[in-house]
Amino acid sequence: MKGLIPDFALNIWAGLPPMVQYLVGTTTAILIVTVGVILTVAFSTYFERKVIGSMQARVGPNRVGPLGLGQPFADVIKLLIKEIVVPAQSNKFLFIIAPLLTLIPALAAWAVMPLFPGFVIADINAGLLYVLALTSMGVYGVILAGWATNSKYAFLGAMRSAAQIVAYEIAMGFALVGVLMAGGSLNLGDIVEKQSGGFLNWFLIPLFPLFLVYWISGVAETNRAPFDVAEGESEIVAGFHVEYSGVAFAIFFLAEYANMVLISALTAVFFLGGWASPFEGWTFLQGTPLAFIAAPGFHWLFIKIAFFMYSFFWYRATFPRYRYDQIMRLGWKVFIPVTIIWIAVEGVMAWMQVGPWAGLGT
Amino acid sequence: MSRAISFIRTFALWDLLKGLNVTGRNFFKKSVTINYPEEKTPQSHRFRGLHALRRYPNGEERCIACKLCEAVCPALAITIESDVSEDGTRRTTRYDIDLFKCIYCGFCEEACPVDAIVETRIHEYHMEAPGENIMTKDKLLAVGDKYDAMISADKAADAPYR
Repeated sequence: MKGLIPDFALNIWAGLPPMVQYLVGTTTAILIVTVGVILTVAFSTYFERKVIGSMQARVGPNRVGPLGLGQPFADVIKLLIKEIVVPAQSNKFLFIIAPLLTLIPALAAWAVMPLFPGFVIADINAGLLYVLALTSMGVYGVILAGWATNSKYAFLGAMRSAAQIVAYEIAMGFALVGVLMAGGSLNLGDIVEKQSGGFLNWFLIPLFPLFLVYWISGVAETNRAPFDVAEGESEIVAGFHVEYSGVAFAIFFLAEYANMVLISALTAVFFLGGWASPFEGWTFLQGTPLAFIAAPGFHWLFIKIAFFMYSFFWYRATFPRYRYDQIMRLGWKVFIPVTIIWIAVEGVMAWMQVGPWAGLGT
Repeated sequence: MSRAISFIRTFALWDLLKGLNVTGRNFFKKSVTINYPEEKTPQSHRFRGLHALRRYPNGEERCIACKLCEAVCPALAITIESDVSEDGTRRTTRYDIDLFKCIYCGFCEEACPVDAIVETRIHEYHMEAPGENIMTKDKLLAVGDKYDAMISADKAADAPYR
């Protein structure tokens, strides 16, 4: 790194006041992470169509560029040059601002995400609370979009989305209480550190029911199949974004996929050890070209995110949509009791220091 | 007891895993897609597509204006007018097929005593302006001239079954 940058540039950098250095450094980090997330989102739409295509014995997009890899860009350009139609009876300000309200929290939550050892944009101690707050913020965009459109289908979609988020947010929060008890910290970096040292140390094992609850709630929270009643195209056309077109629709689309990537990353961080390698301690790999398998790093977080993204697409290709009352029943009558019971079990087991629970929360 | 089993199965997500197993297995199966413009499905020599009027090898039109095809056509897509030609033979002055009316049943081909009207295996054609759906005599003869080799080969391949 030292050799790559000429000396005079380093001198200029060292001569800058620390405040400016901090500002430039952080802005660059934010830009890199944001662009990375947006590119991941763009290609996950391609990935989704390929995966679902394969499961249905089709090939998916393969016309734009080699293997169809240009498809996301073609889609973006198509949406950019389309007209945004604003309904005459709508609340114009909220109609335009609503897509942004769903996108911004999905991107902002990446600020506390530990991407690789020693790197996080904002190393704040209440990271878990921040994440919980921001993932719940996304629903405001959906509700406002449904309300501002002034259409009954959009309004129904918004109402369903609101009720669904309220039901699943509680289970999600309780699941995170379990993670908090196990990790002993609200800082996401610390939670990952606690899980390093091989997959036996992952919270997945002692907190398996909480993992399931968190992951399924995450699927529900992002309004993905089989919990996509908010946009259920067979009953309420497209739900809250029925009247959106062009860039406004593109932003909703972007927000939905950004939320999926976020939930995947959070599940990886909370239960699968984030950037920690599952094979840590395989010292015989040291010095070989396979050393990266045992080394913690961004590649492991990426693999875990990719696995969860694949699961999203897998569910979409497999499960029929839940009926609305079934969603409510699952959220209120199954997940909340399960999480409360497991938090109690975890507490007792950690106190008695038995099995995989030994050493949690210390 | 059965309630207990069903309870355990529900919480083990058994039915969901069974569903995921099905789609997961299909994920690794080969896709059945034909990439159409580059790849095509095999086609029978009996395929009934765009019509053509044929000629004898000496260039003389086969059609003798018997109007059997016009009579047999269930969709009334064929219109024929006939007259005596300069050499004293009976010929069509007008032979129109409306491709929008045509149902591609192949009855005209079966009815023809001289194998004049045939349906070729061409199915990739289009119209760009109103009126182009009417295949006039000139257009039909042009198709017949252009694809004569293919039509002859298809007829020869079908001959043993007739």
